[in-house]
Amino acid sequence: MKFADEFRDADIARALSQRIAGEAGDKHWKIMEVCGGHTHTIFKYGIEDLLPSNVELVHGPGCPVCVIPMGRLDDGIALAKRPEVIFTCFGDLMRVPGSDGSLLDAKAAGADVRMVYSPLDALKIARDNPDKKVVFYAIGFETTAPSTALTLLRAKAENLRNLFVFCNHVNIIPPMKAILDSPDLQLDGFLGPGHVSTVVGIRPYEFVTRTYNKPVVVVGFEPLDILQGVHMVIQQILQGRCEVENQYTRVVHDEGNPKALDVLGRVFQLRTQFEWRGLGFISQSGLELREEFDEWNAEKMFTVPGVRVADPKACQCGEVLKGVLKPWECKVFGTACTPETPIGTCMVSSEGACAAYYNFGRYSRARERERAMGANGNGNGNGAVKELKPIEVKAG
Amino acid sequence: MTDTDVTSESPPPEVPVAGSGAAIRAAAARIADPEQRVLERIEEMRKRKPRMRDDAITMSHGAGGKSSHTLITALFADVLSNPVLDQLGDQAVLPIPGVDNLGLAVTTDSFVVSPLFFPGGDIGELAINGTVNDLAVGGATPVGIAAAFILEEGLDVELLRKVVVSLRAAADRAGVSVVTGDTKVVPRGKADKLFITTTGVGIVELPQRSAMARVRAGDVVLVSGALGDHGATVMLARGDVDLEAESLRSDTMPLHGLTKALFDEDIDVHFMRDATRGGVATVLNEIAQGAGVAISMNEDSLPIHDVVRGVAEILGIEALYIANEGKLVAIVAEGDAERALQVMRSRPEGAEAAIIGTVLPEPEGMVFIETVFGGTRVVDMLQGDPLPRIC
Ligand code: SF4
Repeated sequence: MKFADEFRDADIARALSQRIAGEAGDKHWKIMEVCGGHTHTIFKYGIEDLLPSNVELVHGPGCPVCVIPMGRLDDGIALAKRPEVIFTCFGDLMRVPGSDGSLLDAKAAGADVRMVYSPLDALKIARDNPDKKVVFYAIGFETTAPSTALTLLRAKAENLRNLFVFCNHVNIIPPMKAILDSPDLQLDGFLGPGHVSTVVGIRPYEFVTRTYNKPVVVVGFEPLDILQGVHMVIQQILQGRCEVENQYTRVVHDEGNPKALDVLGRVFQLRTQFEWRGLGFISQSGLELREEFDEWNAEKMFTVPGVRVADPKACQCGEVLKGVLKPWECKVFGTACTPETPIGTCMVSSEGACAAYYNFGRYSRARERERAMGANGNGNGNGAVKELKPIEVKAG
Repeated sequence: MTDTDVTSESPPPEVPVAGSGAAIRAAAARIADPEQRVLERIEEMRKRKPRMRDDAITMSHGAGGKSSHTLITALFADVLSNPVLDQLGDQAVLPIPGVDNLGLAVTTDSFVVSPLFFPGGDIGELAINGTVNDLAVGGATPVGIAAAFILEEGLDVELLRKVVVSLRAAADRAGVSVVTGDTKVVPRGKADKLFITTTGVGIVELPQRSAMARVRAGDVVLVSGALGDHGATVMLARGDVDLEAESLRSDTMPLHGLTKALFDEDIDVHFMRDATRGGVATVLNEIAQGAGVAISMNEDSLPIHDVVRGVAEILGIEALYIANEGKLVAIVAEGDAERALQVMRSRPEGAEAAIIGTVLPEPEGMVFIETVFGGTRVVDMLQGDPLPRIC
């Protein structure tokens, strides 16, 4: 197996990090990474350590598990509890609490809930269990939607009648627009989602630059990609440019992937509106199966409660997602809303902004203090929290 | 950010002397700083004893992470509480009447792995090695093992014989005998083929040399070999994932020889624990919390086979959290670290041993890692992932 180690080179990272620190000056920058995959890379590699404290990354709405509203999750759990159903989904969904327990709880109570790594696994389970009804709970952005679409096309071709898809696929553009439309927006620019863009290309982001005058850089998922993306956003602004740039040219083509788009078009159509946890209803933001797939559509073939569970009043996820509030400024943060009992979307996955702050805030605070003391010249550097290593810029 | 300014204007909070102007100013800054107040509130909530909120047992109670911890402390240890159990060690140490310098070490472990046979081992071998290792890391010499078998109606006798033969071979390798046992048969569907519980008894010198309370800032953290081989192997052997990796094998093996070598060489070992369910990350978190220290790792130095890295990356899990069945974490005095490494590497069980980090005084209870990329990341306890049965 090969690894992309050249995109994880610490020396290049330090050089880049120093360049960013130099160019960022005194301004406070807020750059949103839209995609959950980026958030993951940022935590996994500790990228925030490599940015000066005045360059802040705001974690956007791109975690597919977190955006599922509780009512939809309840529908899924209701399906899972039916005796004739084998319920399949990705593993990270199983722990998310619905209004009465999670899928894991339903499994403990006897439901047949199985973790799969791809919708094709669900197809296989359906083939192997002809006397059962197999439901695949589909989630994700344009990235995962094509594989759901391909699975449905195959099920139809095979005339496999016991596979059903409960579709929660969503589009990334509408929530970006919703965030941009908010009057208290405080973002300077965006890191555009790499994988989604392999499908949709980079043109769909042009409205961000044209209408909202914010730069977008589509970036990849290696840590250096992200640092470079941050640098490119800052450079655009400093140079007075505002464009959609593609940092991830090794994978993303400007036009996207016409084949995948074609498959999507054959299987899905836009819903008039779809509810997002924390962001409310956003028009034309979700996908549903076309009529031709009614017989595979779990929403049509089963009755589900379909009860909307409103986001709790106290929930301020919208503000956190827009970068207006810091997690700890939310009234219920750390009291009613914790990773064990999440109220809002940002607390659901460990990569949500609130969960990350809940778990690691104390640590980053200590680090910040250390940094500030270092700047004052009175840090004792006892090594409890290590300072960044000195940065050397290599020529070339 | 304004809150940073508050701290940077006030003197460093580490140095104030009680009652001095500096201490008062630092306290005032803390009160004026709402972020700090929120963080402190979280800290207090975390220190409270966990409560068992769930109505039913879910798979995450068995995953070795936070939910398992809550189940053990809030239910079992709460109801069964006594001075020996309350220490929640890998092995309980009981006094031997009339003998002051020796104790009786007891440990027990159940094995429910599926499939029963996997590359590099099987459930019988696991059942011996797991229990031998729980004794060995406490410095105990195993003297006897009890084994209980739960058999599902319909189980193939040849298969059962194969498991028992393998269990015998493992016991011979570890130099112990199975001295007593029990069997029960349950109706088809009430168990999955075969479950084994083993209980080990050993003799340990007192005071115990390997004790969590001996861990202190400045100590060095070692692992005895590459991480995640067992868990990755079993996950692939289950066939849930469409992946094949021929070079991947479980690392199941007894570690009593390795621990004995460390003691014989007079290495100042402060604490050892075998990194099974929940992986090295879980063990380090237990140590950081139990000993009130921080642990810093260096990602570059973690021994992880490429194939495990690959499997972990594809499955979206971290090798640090994957189970091992023949690897231990050792915390040793700084001055002995290099020697400990040499001792480990001179033996086959420790051929790939490595120094992976250090113990720091604070932030208390926290484990973090310096990434290959030059950043830092916190390594938390596993948060109840529904991982399959791997041990
Ligand atoms: S603390 Fe909870 S409710 Fe408040 S913003 Fe965060 S996730 Fe939402």
